[in-house]
Amino acid sequence: MSTVKNTREEIVEGLSEILEEVAGVDPKEATEDKSFTEELDVDSLSMVEVVVAAEERFGVKIPDDDVQSLKTVGDAVSYIEKAQG
Amino acid sequence: MTTGTRVIGLGHYQPDKVLTNDDLAKMVDTNDEWIQSRVGIRERRIAEKESVADMATAAAERALAASGRTAADIDLVVVATCSAIDRVPNIACRVADRLGIEAPGAYDVNTACSGFSHALATADHAIRADAATSAIVIGVEKLSDFTDWTDRSTCVLFGDGAGAAVITGVADGETPEVGPVVWGSVPKMSDAVRIEASHPYIAQEGQTVFRWAITTLAPLARKAAERAGVDMADITAFVAHQANLRIIEGIAKKLDAPNAIIASDVVESGNTSAASVPLALSKLAESGRIASGDPVLLFGFGGGLTYAGQVIRCP
Repeated sequence: MSTVKNTREEIVEGLSEILEEVAGVDPKEATEDKSFTEELDVDSLSMVEVVVAAEERFGVKIPDDDVQSLKTVGDAVSYIEKAQG
Repeated sequence: MTTGTRVIGLGHYQPDKVLTNDDLAKMVDTNDEWIQSRVGIRERRIAEKESVADMATAAAERALAASGRTAADIDLVVVATCSAIDRVPNIACRVADRLGIEAPGAYDVNTACSGFSHALATADHAIRADAATSAIVIGVEKLSDFTDWTDRSTCVLFGDGAGAAVITGVADGETPEVGPVVWGSVPKMSDAVRIEASHPYIAQEGQTVFRWAITTLAPLARKAAERAGVDMADITAFVAHQANLRIIEGIAKKLDAPNAIIASDVVESGNTSAASVPLALSKLAESGRIASGDPVLLFGFGGGLTYAGQVIRCP
């Protein structure tokens, strides 16, 4: 879908900006090993907002069924990297 | 034949019984902070004694009094509800009987949470088609009958209540004050919100509905303003279905209505499905925060999935 392909670092940076805006997560906290719900305190509706913002920013589609499998920031980064092809 | 309709009276009814988040914390594993941060609801009203028809009648009576008309002037009653337990008679006939409206067209509409805007549109169409002259349109729900009070993921969300509007045809040369409806549905998402006979409790795919709401509805609401010929900057208030505060804020953020009051009655009423739009509208008008003639954008959405909205002028 997107012609842009971001580096892993760019995706982490983009996600941390989104997490800060949507869920008030401190960007320093948003590292790849952190889990969205347990460590970053992102609730299920905020997670949807994060996903919607990530879809727009990175030009990918992340269906609801796949959102369930994204436990950590690193999971989301890998998913986006793969979806960008 | 008239060219359109206008709202001439609003009214609402909520049961006296207040159920706070602290009350719920005694029933299921939850707490006030959790509920407020997730869905923005502080309290809701629960009908202990009132039936759906009781609440609908009370709201309709107030709207009729506010309109300055009498039962004899009304020839159409349309009720939006998805929580009437009796299949026959419908709530519209029960309300008409109690208000002494003798031979109106009387029917119920079920499009779940988007019900009021659908009902308002069908009443507007009936009057424009010369099938009626003045109508009472009611949104009413008693969701407490369909709430699983042991399920903490849903029982914190819903409430009971009713709201009503009286509409009538405009005179020759007057501008219609109920705008054209924008309505539709997403049938392939039928299972996203359910009250099924086999499991008569409200069940929903919260994240799926949330994503649909915050990504697709703002442009549809803007289309309703466009169809009414009202600039978004002139919209005085946005009364969306009061599902939860985060959906309302999510839609409002993408609405581009910089001067609109965003109705947030969900905080003190919970999600009352088809009752939420007329309830929030009537309370907003009563508060004096919107004035007669102000353009207000109504937008309902929910089970079906369905949506409907239109611009009305505040009576």
